[in-house]
Amino acid sequence: MGGKESSIPALELRHISKSFPGVKALSDVSFSVEQGKVHVLVGENGAGKSTLIKIINGIYSADEGEIYMFGEKISHTSPKMMRDAGIATIHQELSPVKDLTIAENIFLGREPLRKNKFVNWKKLFGDAQKLIDDFGFRYRARQKMRELTVSDMQIIEIIKAVSMNARVVIMDEPTSSITEGEVRTLFEQVNRLRDAGISIIYITHKMEEIMEIGDTASILRDGELISTHKVKDLTQEQIITKMVGREMKDIYPQKTASIGETILELKNLSKKDVFSDISLKLHKGEILGMAGLVGAGRTEVFRTVFGMDPYDSGEVLYEGKKLEVKKVQDAIRAGIMMISEDRKREGLVLCRSVGENIALPNLASYLRGIFLNKKSEKKDSVEMQEILNIKTPSLDTPAGSLSGGNQQKIVIAKWLLHHPKVLIMDEPTRGIDVGAKYEIYKIMCDLAAQGVGIVMISSDLPEIIGICDRTIVMSEGKITGEVERKDFSQEHIMAFAVGGKK
Amino acid sequence: MNKKREFDFAGFYSKYGIFFLFVIMFLLMSIINENFLSGVNITNIARQIVVITILACGEQLMLIAGLIDLSVGSVLALSGCVAASVVVNTGNAPVAVIIGLLVGLVCGIVNGGILVAFDIPPFITTLATMMIARGAVYVFTDGVPISQLGDAFCWVGQGYIGPIPAPVVIMIIALIITWVILNQTRTGRYIYAVGGNQDAANASGVNIRYIKFFASAFSGLMAGLAGVILMARMNSGQPIAGESYEMDAITAVVVGGTSMAGGVGNIPGTIVGSCIIGIIKNFMNLQNINSYWQQIVQGIIVCVAVIIDVKVRKANSKA
Repeated sequence: MGGKESSIPALELRHISKSFPGVKALSDVSFSVEQGKVHVLVGENGAGKSTLIKIINGIYSADEGEIYMFGEKISHTSPKMMRDAGIATIHQELSPVKDLTIAENIFLGREPLRKNKFVNWKKLFGDAQKLIDDFGFRYRARQKMRELTVSDMQIIEIIKAVSMNARVVIMDEPTSSITEGEVRTLFEQVNRLRDAGISIIYITHKMEEIMEIGDTASILRDGELISTHKVKDLTQEQIITKMVGREMKDIYPQKTASIGETILELKNLSKKDVFSDISLKLHKGEILGMAGLVGAGRTEVFRTVFGMDPYDSGEVLYEGKKLEVKKVQDAIRAGIMMISEDRKREGLVLCRSVGENIALPNLASYLRGIFLNKKSEKKDSVEMQEILNIKTPSLDTPAGSLSGGNQQKIVIAKWLLHHPKVLIMDEPTRGIDVGAKYEIYKIMCDLAAQGVGIVMISSDLPEIIGICDRTIVMSEGKITGEVERKDFSQEHIMAFAVGGKK
Repeated sequence: MNKKREFDFAGFYSKYGIFFLFVIMFLLMSIINENFLSGVNITNIARQIVVITILACGEQLMLIAGLIDLSVGSVLALSGCVAASVVVNTGNAPVAVIIGLLVGLVCGIVNGGILVAFDIPPFITTLATMMIARGAVYVFTDGVPISQLGDAFCWVGQGYIGPIPAPVVIMIIALIITWVILNQTRTGRYIYAVGGNQDAANASGVNIRYIKFFASAFSGLMAGLAGVILMARMNSGQPIAGESYEMDAITAVVVGGTSMAGGVGNIPGTIVGSCIIGIIKNFMNLQNINSYWQQIVQGIIVCVAVIIDVKVRKANSKA
């Protein structure tokens, strides 16, 4: 900090471009991160933030462009090289080894060794405890990682980054799954790193955070760097305009569906230690938002409705009658379908073709005796490809080779063919570019217009506000609030989402 | 989208590579050894690969479904010996054949039942049944071969339909049935889906337990069929028969491009895989290479095939 050296940027990107099959993820992105500053990267999901991070921390290599650290050009990148160069990343989804101790996690892969090449446990625990104490936290180095909360784990990651002499720490949406109180603690640590001359690349799309913590902000949209500014020269409105690049009304299609009678009702649904006493109603033609923090139990509730997991007590009423869902087939037969939040894990068979994935739940309708009528199968798939505008070289292409947006459309296609009456969509637009997002919203509106009841579980509040008719907010496994469209505001919903903690 | 079309080895190999490899090896062997291409030798090769290919049909369903069946060699011996004993005691060849097939099917059902009911990894389940079935053969036969099975029974392994050996015809029928299951039926599609991504298959309403059960039962049935043919060919119910045949069958399937990770594979590949193993063994016999070396060569082939499988999958998932 101070002195002449700080005029050299800690990290400088020049003309970075990166393409994936069918998508230009980044084009000609240049900016520099000053030493001892918090540089905020802002952009919608799919704007290219995560790709950019992965280029900086060496997981991807850029197709074009150069990376400089402290004025030195870095020619070949690999995760290890970038780590050695002083880049540390704190991912949005932390993945510590939960059954190891804090100390073991901090020194994972670089355990201090004794001369005989065995691990020097005394030094490992001693050093870890010293680091923790220096930071002023009360964790014990021998504590198991499993005992910690998400925000604790983040702190451990920060401690780890410092112990690795990181000069640039990347934080990917660190506040997406922690409470407001915990955000305070996090910000204190961010300020502490900044005071120690460490640069921080802070990724977020929350306006208040940019204003509070950022020194500079770079705004990305559709893979391009729109501009870089000092945060104090910007207003929230300016950021939003730059980030979205169009008027708000163009991001979400006009929903015309009228809301009909109740189609799905949950009564006092409970599952021990996961959620309790969930009662709600979904109507025909309605898009119901499920808001809350990650881990609030929203996904778990609807997994039980879809028959993926069992519930302990309560009941599910479908079209007024009690519905016994023991397995997924029962739900599908009734007309309840779910699009998982993790499309790679539960949505698609990545190694199989687009066509096969679309047909998977619908094969019964193509049966002629025991054989499949491949002609009518193909006809349906082609039709779906056209309706949903799935961009794929052919229907025989493996689903895994398409972009996130197109993969999501395949998942939607397979259920559309099955004519759902209730469609549960769990984070349907996560990791999808802006254009494809609009298309997915459009599909949701069209389905609603046909009388389908849609549940959208989303952690993206603007999206919930933009498209839902009504929102139910959960916190810690309980419903904490219900907000009608006319009362929608981020603050209002968020207050319920963190309500459980208060 | 207008990316330059580079030569994509992984993609090319996964589609055609194995066929080219087979053709090249076949040509080389024909040139090196003049006896290789003779009619007698080709018929010989066909007869030699019958048993392994039939086992490979069942094994392929298992591997595509993300499972594995180590018990096929032992099940082959058990069903073959039971069939031999039935034909010796009753003289009724058709009944003996059917009972042989049923023994195989029951073994497969047991495998599938344990697998599904207790959710035990198939490797362990079938390792256990491999030992149980082998033990059962020795108990059943007292370790003594059952001989003099009669002409009617032996026709299954030695007879001819026109110019083509009967076992070869049976093998072709087994291959066609397996191909039809995999490509033309819903069950086949589900097998690919379960092997490719069990969670996604489940979330699409596929009854994954039934699919695993089906694949296991089918593998057992094929082992039964292979057992009957092998015993008929030898005119003797040999309790030690089929030792390590499961490895040969898995080798054929994997060399033919079926992924050990599940979800990928097809019958043409397995035919070629089986043929490659067959011609290599035959060629080494013609060249008087001893059987110890043959094992080393086979091991190397498996290793190379698996390395290629891993590379291909990596390349595909990168896209």
